[in-house]
Amino acid sequence: MEEPDTEPPLTVVPGADPARTQLCFEWGPAEMLLCETLFGRRGGERRGAPGGSAGPAPTGCGVAGGGDGAPGPSRVFVVRRDQDIYMETLRKLFNESHGIFVGLQRCEEERAARARNAQLVQVSKNYRSVIRACMEDMHQAAISARDSALHSQYSIQVSILSAMELIWNLCEILFVEAAPAGPLLLRLLDWVQLHICDVDNMVREVLGQRKSIKNTSSFWNVVDIFVLQGRMDEARHLLSKEAIANPTSMNMYKILDDLMKKMPVPSLGNTQTLTEMELKWQHWHEECQRYLQDGTFASNSHMESICKILLGDENAILEKKELMTTWYHFLVTRLLYSHPTVKSMELRFYAQSSMDMFLGEESNPEPLDTILMAAFEFELHQVIKECSVALSNWWFVAHLTDLLDHCKLLQSHNLYFGSNMREFLLLEYASGLFSHHSLWQLGVDYFDHCPEYGRVYLELHIERIPLNTEQKALKVLRICEQRQMHEQVRSICKIMAMKALRNNRLGSALSWSIRAKDAAFATLISDRFLKDYCERGYFSDLDLIDNLGPSMLLSDRLTFLGKYREFHRLYGEKRFSEAARLLLMLMTAHIAPCSFWMTLLTDALPLLEQKEVIFSAEQTYELMRCLEDLTARKLDKQKFQDDDVETMKVEMLRLALARNLARVIVKEGTLEGS
Amino acid sequence: MEEVCARFVSQKISKARWRPLPAAALQPPDLFATGSWDNEDNRISIWSVGDVGSAGLNGEYQGEPQLLCDIRHNGDVMDMQFLDQERIVVGSSTGSVTVFRHHQNNQTLSASHRWENAHYHADQYTACGGAACTGVICNNPEIVTVGEDGRINLYRADQKDAVRTIDNADSSTLHAVTFLRTTEILTVNSIGQLKIWDFRQQRNEPAQIFSLTGDRVPLHCVDRHPNQQHIVATGGQDGMLSIWDIRQGTMPVSLLNAHEAEMWEVHFHPSNPDHLFTCSEDGSLWHWDTSTDVSEKPSFLHQGGRSTAYFSHSTINQSVVSAWLSNDPTKDRMEITNLIPNQTLSVNTLDVLGPCLVYGTDAEAIYVNRQLFA
Repeated sequence: MEEPDTEPPLTVVPGADPARTQLCFEWGPAEMLLCETLFGRRGGERRGAPGGSAGPAPTGCGVAGGGDGAPGPSRVFVVRRDQDIYMETLRKLFNESHGIFVGLQRCEEERAARARNAQLVQVSKNYRSVIRACMEDMHQAAISARDSALHSQYSIQVSILSAMELIWNLCEILFVEAAPAGPLLLRLLDWVQLHICDVDNMVREVLGQRKSIKNTSSFWNVVDIFVLQGRMDEARHLLSKEAIANPTSMNMYKILDDLMKKMPVPSLGNTQTLTEMELKWQHWHEECQRYLQDGTFASNSHMESICKILLGDENAILEKKELMTTWYHFLVTRLLYSHPTVKSMELRFYAQSSMDMFLGEESNPEPLDTILMAAFEFELHQVIKECSVALSNWWFVAHLTDLLDHCKLLQSHNLYFGSNMREFLLLEYASGLFSHHSLWQLGVDYFDHCPEYGRVYLELHIERIPLNTEQKALKVLRICEQRQMHEQVRSICKIMAMKALRNNRLGSALSWSIRAKDAAFATLISDRFLKDYCERGYFSDLDLIDNLGPSMLLSDRLTFLGKYREFHRLYGEKRFSEAARLLLMLMTAHIAPCSFWMTLLTDALPLLEQKEVIFSAEQTYELMRCLEDLTARKLDKQKFQDDDVETMKVEMLRLALARNLARVIVKEGTLEGS
Repeated sequence: MEEVCARFVSQKISKARWRPLPAAALQPPDLFATGSWDNEDNRISIWSVGDVGSAGLNGEYQGEPQLLCDIRHNGDVMDMQFLDQERIVVGSSTGSVTVFRHHQNNQTLSASHRWENAHYHADQYTACGGAACTGVICNNPEIVTVGEDGRINLYRADQKDAVRTIDNADSSTLHAVTFLRTTEILTVNSIGQLKIWDFRQQRNEPAQIFSLTGDRVPLHCVDRHPNQQHIVATGGQDGMLSIWDIRQGTMPVSLLNAHEAEMWEVHFHPSNPDHLFTCSEDGSLWHWDTSTDVSEKPSFLHQGGRSTAYFSHSTINQSVVSAWLSNDPTKDRMEITNLIPNQTLSVNTLDVLGPCLVYGTDAEAIYVNRQLFA
């Protein structure tokens, strides 16, 4: 079990006053509900332990009903954890990285290790370029923001994004690319050059002012920076200009230039072995040493210090502390001039000592320092943990962890809760997306790639998306149907059907319940249709009922509705005998509900009264039996209730049936006779 | 695909439409409007795609669409059409229909007219009565809207009240509408029916009903062939493209298996109707090309003036007709290309005009392709 090792940060909820009343809270998927209770504060409680802290689990935390007449506590606060989700400019980051994420999950596993590694590096670079693009946008926004609060908000975001990119880049070098000794240093140099870019402005300044005022210190500063960052060609270029201006010390410049030119650099390809490189290095180092001891540069302190730097003299490098600004710059410079063939596993020793030397005794490392240090120490989990604590979003850790997982660096690690770290972080991030009114669609793909709990999360989240239009409902339905989430499909269709029913859109409601294959609801709606028919005497929504097709079989009542409508159509088309057969079948096959029999029998009346005989004798008997069944049932139920209309109807039916029977006997008799 | 410019806009795009070109214009279109959905505040935005040569204002990428102006819109933008060069008609999920005016001199948008509760459920005046307006079509000055309430409204741009309203025109949701002729419209609904309505008839019933066989697959979009008005294309929930010949039969002439999910829009190319474009929830955008093989096409250039008479116009037209209406697979000369290789989220909308294509997605991006036939 891991214990939280630091005091969790305090979250102040504006408006909530824990000093006055006790607060209670309830965890939600990505947000928390916080409300004021009726209870006053008890003494002896720790001050300032409101919702934000991950203290002991709340027990018996009931939501206070605000309507008790008591004044005051009736407010409920929604506390969101992943604030960054709501930044407008960051939505670009979420959307673009979503595409990269999905691409990464899709790419083939079986590729050759080498190609695979190159691909992962490319993915990592894509992520970084998205961060950079977002940073640019944020920077533009900060410049154009008129409001100072908004400006500072954007500026903070820019610095956060830049820190994220810095960390990501280092992780890319150390973990994703896992550069071998030699190239590793070149990568680290690139990393430092990319992120400490004040020098370019300084160069422009120096080159601009050189003709008029000679500011030697700033000139040498620039040269120093170039040397510290290992940008030898640029440093030499500047020096050569200076040499022309100082013909007296030409020789000195020449020697320094020569030294810088000859400095062995690790090659990117496999053209030289490490030992070869080390031999060359040793040789060059001795040469530098010789010049320094000769006192060749004694007359020029700047050049002497550069020579010392070339020799890897830590004190000489440390003197340029202001120019390096950060300890990791110092680390890389130190490695460049004293251990160019450093292996990744050795980095940790140099990193720790560099930080101590750079920050001094009273050092108080900031979160960024600890994160980078953890990376140099190859403590992957520490990196992720520190990032989760320090950064205000889950985006970074979720995507980085996923990438590292694809590099097969995290496999051994299982958490004591949930499945593994990758999945845990992805779930957190995606839950955050789902709490957003618009970004929820992105969350789906993240859940899809969480093998253990992703589906459950998705099921729980997807049902809670507000469905304000049918189009949105269709989009949510498609997500569910693609994943065979039948329960959710049913529930969404039911919600939509209920909505349609409430709006008196029976046709729509029926369509939705057919889509959900919800027999009970289809029965309910069919009953509504039949009731409307009984009241009004005509069918509404004929275009739908006439086109039910095979979906008619969904529920008995729906079948009846469809068939009954078919009877009306046949009758309208004057296909009487077919209509009569259908009508009788509806009763004898018990498709029609009993409550509807009377209506059906009444419908038979005009058929019985037609000039030509439609019902055969056998059919007439059947009809009579139906009528008697009905009246018998009626009598059982409501003996005392004497309905005049009903009795009259029955009488009329009996009469019509008898007359029909008489006619049909005569007709059938004569037909047989002739 | 260098010719496609993308821009992330931080809102899910539900509709994108090119501004129509003036009759005599020869240049490609340079302005389009988009509408968003599912946001806390949705917006109508006007974008310009300047000349490829000129750089953007803030040093942004060349050719990337530039935002000219935008305005808040109440509710999701469900459908959007240009009424003329300046006015845009927008249907909202709240049931209102708004005419926005784009003032080109100072690049602003303003709402010039609104029909509140154009679509509503049961009681027009209850609070939650609004029903989403799902489709809008314009034929200046006439505007037809359809909605989830199964209602059809006919408006005139300059009149306050509806010219004609057909309540309960459809028992299910109407998904889209288009003009067939000046007095006739086509609607598609959620039970797979295509209906023709004739405003000259006073009866509130469709002039004709066409339907898909049995399955009742909802239809989501409809478009009519720009020259041959009897050819109609619809797209359904299963991603199927149906071609109908409304002169004959009540069933589609051909059913073409296309996308894997809902087809949200279908558009014939307005001036080059051999080409058809469809987009879908599955994140694909397809280009259907029935123009016959280049070698088969009569090439006037190569043969000179001498033999032009040999290929009469009717024969060319003949081949076009049979291309859309033939359901003989052996003679199938249709060439289909997916214009988006690995998209994941839904492409909600597309519009084609001249050589330009614009489409918008749920991944909050708009894409412009300015060399469609290059």
